[in-house]
Amino acid sequence: MSAPASGLAQIGKSVVIKGELSGSEDLYLDGQVEGSIALKGNSLTVGPNGQVKASVDAKAVMVQGKLEGNIQASDRVELRKSAIVTGDITTQRISIEEGASLKGKVDTHRADVK
Amino acid sequence: MSSVSQTFMKLFRGSSGPETIPAQGSQKLTRRSSGLGELSRTWQSAEGICILDLGSTSATNIRHFTERGHRIYSEDLLTASTDPELITTDETGAAALDSRKFLADNLVYPAAHFDVVLCWNLPDYLDESLVKPVVGRLWSVLKPGGMLLAFFHTRDAGPDSPCHRFHIVGADTLEMKKIVLRREARRVPSGTAQTATADGFQLQRVFNNRHIENLFRDFASIKFFLARDNIREVLVVR
Repeated sequence: MSAPASGLAQIGKSVVIKGELSGSEDLYLDGQVEGSIALKGNSLTVGPNGQVKASVDAKAVMVQGKLEGNIQASDRVELRKSAIVTGDITTQRISIEEGASLKGKVDTHRADVK
Repeated sequence: MSSVSQTFMKLFRGSSGPETIPAQGSQKLTRRSSGLGELSRTWQSAEGICILDLGSTSATNIRHFTERGHRIYSEDLLTASTDPELITTDETGAAALDSRKFLADNLVYPAAHFDVVLCWNLPDYLDESLVKPVVGRLWSVLKPGGMLLAFFHTRDAGPDSPCHRFHIVGADTLEMKKIVLRREARRVPSGTAQTATADGFQLQRVFNNRHIENLFRDFASIKFFLARDNIREVLVVR
C-alpha cells in the first residue's frame, strides 16, 4: 500500500469535508469528501481509508479506497486492488489491479494529435 | 435422441475448451472460445461500438476495447448481488433477494444502449430470484441486433465448479482466473440465499438447453457452442 510522500498535502482519515475542494498541489486524501475535487495539473491519491463522493478533475488519480463520482484525469488513472469506484472514467491511460472494482464507463481519449 | 435435442445438436458448433494450463501461478487457465471468436468479428469490423462487461473488473478487457476505439462499461453484477440490503422474503416467507431493488441500483442504462453484452458465467452463479429479471433488463439495454455471450455449465461440470473472471487475450482466447471474494462481499447473513462463500461463488444450478432457450425466449435467435470443458457457450441476438 502506498504511503503519502512527505511534503504532500494530506487530508487525514478523521477529516470530513463537504463542498468544493480545489488546489494547485498534489493531494493525498484518506478521509471523507463529498462534493467536488478540482486539482487541474496535479494528482489526487485516495488512500485506503478514503471515502469520496465527488466528481474529480485532476492530472492523475490513484485510488486505493472508495470513490463514487466521475473521474476526469488528463494523464492517468490507477485503481489499486482495494479500490471500489462507481462512476465514469475519462483519461488517457488507465491501470487496474486485479481485485479492484469499477462500475462505470471507461473512455480513454488520446492527446490531441496535430 | 428426441427431436428437440436433435434440433439443438444442429445448432451446436465445435468449440475448444481449456487447452493450456497454467500461465504464471496455478490458477490461470486459458481457453479457446468459439462464441467469443464469432462475437469478436463484431468489434473487429465495426467502429465505436458500446460494450457492457458484467464480469469482474478486468483491465485486460478494458484495454482490449478502448485500444480499438470502442466504449466499454464495467459492472460486476455477482459481487453487487451480495449486498446484504437486498435480502428480503418471498411470498412463502423464504429468504430471497429483492430483484426490484437490485435493478434500481444496477444495470441502470438507457434502452437499446449496448451493441454487445459479455455475460460470461453470470447466470449459473447468480441467485435464482435475480436471474430472470436480470435477463429481462439485459434485453432492454441491448440494441436490436445486439449480441450477448453467456457460458453455462453442463451437469458433468459438477457442483464445485469454480467461478472465474474472464480476460480477453485474443480474438477467440480467454484467460480465466478463479474469483476470490473481497472480504466485504463475504458477509452474507445466515438464513439467506447464499451464492457466495469465503472461497468464492457457488454454482447455483445447471441449466439444460430448454431452460436456456426459455431464459432467452424474448431474444431473436440463440446459438449454442459445445466446449470440451463441460461448458456450453451461448450467443444470443436481440
